[in-house]
Formats: sequence, structure tokens, C-alpha cells
Amino acid sequence: MATTITAPPVKNIHEKQRESGFYRVTHSYFFQKIWKALFTAWVVVTLTFFLIRLLPSNPVELFIQDLMVQYGMPYHEAQDQAAALFSIDLNQPLWGQYLDYMWGLLHGDMGTSILSPGTPVTSIIMRFLPWTIFSVGIALMISFTLGIILGLFMAYRREGLLDHILTVMASILSSIPNYILGILLIIFLGVRWGLISVASMRGTLSPGVEPGFTLEFFKDALYHAALPILTYVLTTIGSWMLTMKSSTIGVLEEDYVTVAKAKGLKEGRITSSYVGRNASLPMFTLLTIAIGFVVGGSVLIETIFQYQGIGYILLQSVNKRDYTVMQGVFLVITLAVIIANFFADILYSWLDPRIKLGKQE
Amino acid sequence: MGSVFLGAVQSMGATLRIMSYNKVGFTGFIAVMLILFMSFIGPFFVPLDTETKVDQIYQTPSAEHWMGTDHQGRDIFSQIVNGGKDVIIVAVVAGALSTFIAVTFGTLAGFAGGRIDAFVVSVTDIVLTIPQLPLLLVLAALIKLNNIVYLGIILGALGWPALLRAVRSQALSLKQRDFVEAARALDLGTTHIIFREIVPNMMTYIIISFALAMTGAIYAQVALVLFGLVPFSGSNWGVMLSLAWVRGAIYFKDSIWYIMMPVAAIVILQLSVVTMTRSLELVFNPRLRSGE
Repeated sequence: MATTITAPPVKNIHEKQRESGFYRVTHSYFFQKIWKALFTAWVVVTLTFFLIRLLPSNPVELFIQDLMVQYGMPYHEAQDQAAALFSIDLNQPLWGQYLDYMWGLLHGDMGTSILSPGTPVTSIIMRFLPWTIFSVGIALMISFTLGIILGLFMAYRREGLLDHILTVMASILSSIPNYILGILLIIFLGVRWGLISVASMRGTLSPGVEPGFTLEFFKDALYHAALPILTYVLTTIGSWMLTMKSSTIGVLEEDYVTVAKAKGLKEGRITSSYVGRNASLPMFTLLTIAIGFVVGGSVLIETIFQYQGIGYILLQSVNKRDYTVMQGVFLVITLAVIIANFFADILYSWLDPRIKLGKQE
Repeated sequence: MGSVFLGAVQSMGATLRIMSYNKVGFTGFIAVMLILFMSFIGPFFVPLDTETKVDQIYQTPSAEHWMGTDHQGRDIFSQIVNGGKDVIIVAVVAGALSTFIAVTFGTLAGFAGGRIDAFVVSVTDIVLTIPQLPLLLVLAALIKLNNIVYLGIILGALGWPALLRAVRSQALSLKQRDFVEAARALDLGTTHIIFREIVPNMMTYIIISFALAMTGAIYAQVALVLFGLVPFSGSNWGVMLSLAWVRGAIYFKDSIWYIMMPVAAIVILQLSVVTMTRSLELVFNPRLRSGE
């Protein structure tokens, strides 16, 4: 009973705080999402630092040992060389190294490649990252849009023949691992049936084609990205379709749809602005999961199709134990996912204003 | 003793009958059972063929070699039979660990609310954001992942966030139900409410979570083996796929059996585990049965 007496003044203080501008800014949806993204980025960077620097057999020590054994270098010289490559001052205490490392990252300094000396990791990333963003971005847009449309269609025609066929196809497609689908595409489209020339589709561009705003460049870029894009689309579209279908069936039973029908609104308008818009909302929370999965999966797909994007470079550097490149690429991939998630969150809150008011889930 | 045994058989028969209400799910269940039987009992009858026979490279299926032979003339069928055990063990270890983490902390977060909930949700969001496969690749470069149980634990430790979200939202909605409020009003205690009221009602979710976590683990481990990041150890469908890929088996006319068999084994295992959940749903969620 005592709580009911003391409750009103506490509430008043809260209300006063809420009115102040500072409180409103720091507790706004946008600010919270930025804070979350930055915090996640910090966690990943710290995790990477500890993996690289603190494991019992960490790559920095391994590299120093390697130099000493292979080239007979004295420890100090080997240590200096390792420090230069990893862009870490090994004479500092650990927390100093950590601060240094963070400072370097903030300035885009990720060290130098171990295997191709003199090449900064940043320049390697800048060269390969655009291709991954290009192929993964296009694929996600295609599969998301197509999945929503097909799911909506399936919900309207549920229990029909086409619904059954599409449901079976979607379940099968979403349970085939994407790299296996990639291998199957090469085997059947490329080798067995000879429909496409896999060899000429390798790489990101044909020899002789220069990047630029020309039709030829875009056609060639799409030609080379076609197989990775096809694989991403086929392996992700199933889950979009099934989720959209069940979400649409739920929305179709809502009262406002019945009201819209009773008002005599046109069927097309009900489908697009009443059913479609509301049913696609849950899809955006799934989008955040899908982005991470597809970007992570790009490592495998790009390797299968020899598409030189950032994922291909990651696997190459892991196989060759080029630790500085590996570390940089891993950070960039994770940051890309964090940024993409941030935009998906913002898009979601723009589509569904209820989210901004803090009524999440 | 006899009656207990009879009772067990009867209840098993009843369970099987319930499962057979959903034809697709039951097919998946039978397929999973067959794969388990083949992978764990089969090796006693079909020993692994390790002898290189240069004169029998890339043969098509025959009475002697049911699925043809590989690039060293070894029998593919024996490799398929012997190659499933590791894959399934890793998947089960990873699936069990992921489900355990997801269910424990998901229910806790949903039920406790407040700071605990906020903390669990933010940790989940962070782990969910880090792309799993690249992290696994980096880990594979730094530590040796050649022990299958160890590999399963690492996969399980990374695979829980999406499941936890689902379990948490389920717990949140169950918390509001009348029977939980009734149990609270009767002052039955948190342990009783969680384990006797909430968890039984989430059994369907837990089973589905387990199946999905298993498929996730199969996906990741075969990927790691395929790209040579987990040292080859014995026979394994992933190793077969990797060897077939590296040896360029896709480009030879008769070698298609070598690459297609592990592909088929992995895809069938994934599909059956996913479809099996439909029948398991019926067993654990009686409400679904009336509609059939």
C-alpha cells in the first residue's frame, strides 16, 4: 500500500526528465540504435584484438618465432618486423597496445599484409569489398521483394495447387546449404547441360573491361555476379516466402481488413496498403538475421564461384594464415553487417512507427 | 516386469500413431531413423573401403559398388555409410548446447523481465550480429578444431541467438496466459511455474529449436570441412565433398556419383530433420491433433 502513496512524486520527476531536451535525445530510438551499433562494433574489435594478441599460440608470437627460425633473426629484430606488420608496438604494456590498436583502427590503419609485404590491409579491402556489397545487396533486394510477393500470393491462394508446389519448393530450397546449391549449379548448369560457361563467368570482371559508368561495365559486372546472386536468391527466398505467407494469413483475419472490405475499397488497395504493408513488418526483423547470414555465407559462395569479393579474400587469408589481412577482413565484414542491421532497424521503425515508441516486441 | 514392458511398447505405439497423422513429418521421421541406423549400425556390416584400386577409378553404380567408386577406386557406398556418424554427433552436441542456452536464458529473460531481460537481449543482439561463418573461419585459423565434440561445442556456443529470441517471445506470451496467472495466484513457486507450466507448453518450440540448431550445425561443420579448415579425420560426408571438389570430380562424366552422393546424404539429412519436426509437434502439442 505504501507504494501507491509514494508513487506520484516519482512519476513527476520522470516526466520532468522526459521533457528536457537532453533526455529526449539520448533516449530516442535513433540514438539507442546508434549506441547499440557502436557498442557491438567495440565488442567485436576487442574480441578480435584478444584473439590475435592473447591466445597462447597467438599469430604475433607465431610470426616472430617463424622469422627467428626461418631467417635466423635475433628476437628483437623479428619483434620489430612483426610490430610493423601488425601495426602494434610490442614494447608497450598490453593496455597500451590495445589503445594503440583502437586508435589505428579509427584511422583506418589495419596493418600490412604478411604475405604481400608493403600492401596495406585497407587497400586490399577497398579493392574487394565493393564486389561483395554489389552482389549481396542485389541478391538480398531481389529475394526479399520476390519472397514477399510470392508469400502474399500463396496466402491469397492457400490450399491451392500452386501454394502446395511453392511451399514444397520453398522448404526444400531453404534446407539445402547454399554452398551445396552453388556446387549443384556448376555441375548441372555448367558441366552436365552446358547451358553456361562457368570458366568465363569466374572473377568479377572480364579482362579488358574497365570500371566506369558504361553499359558494357554494368553488363559484364552482372554477368560475373549472376551465379553468386542466383545462389543467394534461391537459398534465401524460401524462408521469406514461408514467413510472409503465415504473416499474411494472420493479417487477413484482422478486423481492419474486414472493415476495409466492408467499406468497399478496391481489392488492389486492400492488398497493397492494408494487408501487404502490415504483413511484411515481421519480415524486417528477419532481415537483420538474413543480412548476417548472407554476408557470412558469401565466404563460401565467392570461393565456389571464384568471385573475388571480400569473402573470397577472407578464406584465402585464413588458408594462407595471413593474419593481418584475416583480422582486417573479419572486422570489415562484421562492421558491414552492423551497419546493414542499423539501416534495417531504421527502415523498420519508419515503416512501423509503433516501434519508435518503445513497444518493441 | 512384463506389464511395464508391454506398457512401454503400447505408449510407443501410440506415439508413433500420433506422429503418423502428418504424412510429411512421418516420412521425415522414418528417414532420420534410417540415417541414424545406417550411420551407427551400418559401419559394423559395411567396413570402410580404404584400399586404392587404380584400375577401378570413377566407376558408375554396379552390383559390386552400389554407388560407384571415387578417384582412388574406393567404394562410395562404404564411405557414405561410415561418413554420417561424425556429422550427426557434431550436430547433436551443437544442437543440444544451443537449445540448452536458448531455452534456459530465453525463458529466464522472458519470465524475469527488467534488467535481466535487457541484459540477455543485448548480449543476444551482439552475438547475433557477428557473422557466424567468418568468425568460425578466424577461429579455425587460430585454434585446432579437430576434435568432433570440441567442434560441436564451439558451433553450439555460437548458434543460439536466433533460437533464444523465439523462446523469449514465446515465454513472454505464455507469461500472460490465464493458467500461469492461476498458478501464480495459487502461489505455486517460480520453479513449479517454469518447469510444470511454462516449459511443457514450450516443448514444441524446444523440439523445433533443437532441430533447427542441428541443421545450422550441419551447415557450418560441412562448410568448415569442405573448405579444408577442419583437419581431415577419417571418413565424413564433408570430407568426401571436399575431396570430390578439390579433385575436380564435377568435370568428369562418370565422377558425378562421387560428388552427388555426399550432397544427397547431407541434403536428405537436413530435409528429414526439418520435416520430422512437424510430426514431433503433434506429439508435444495435443491441441494440434484435434484438427487432423
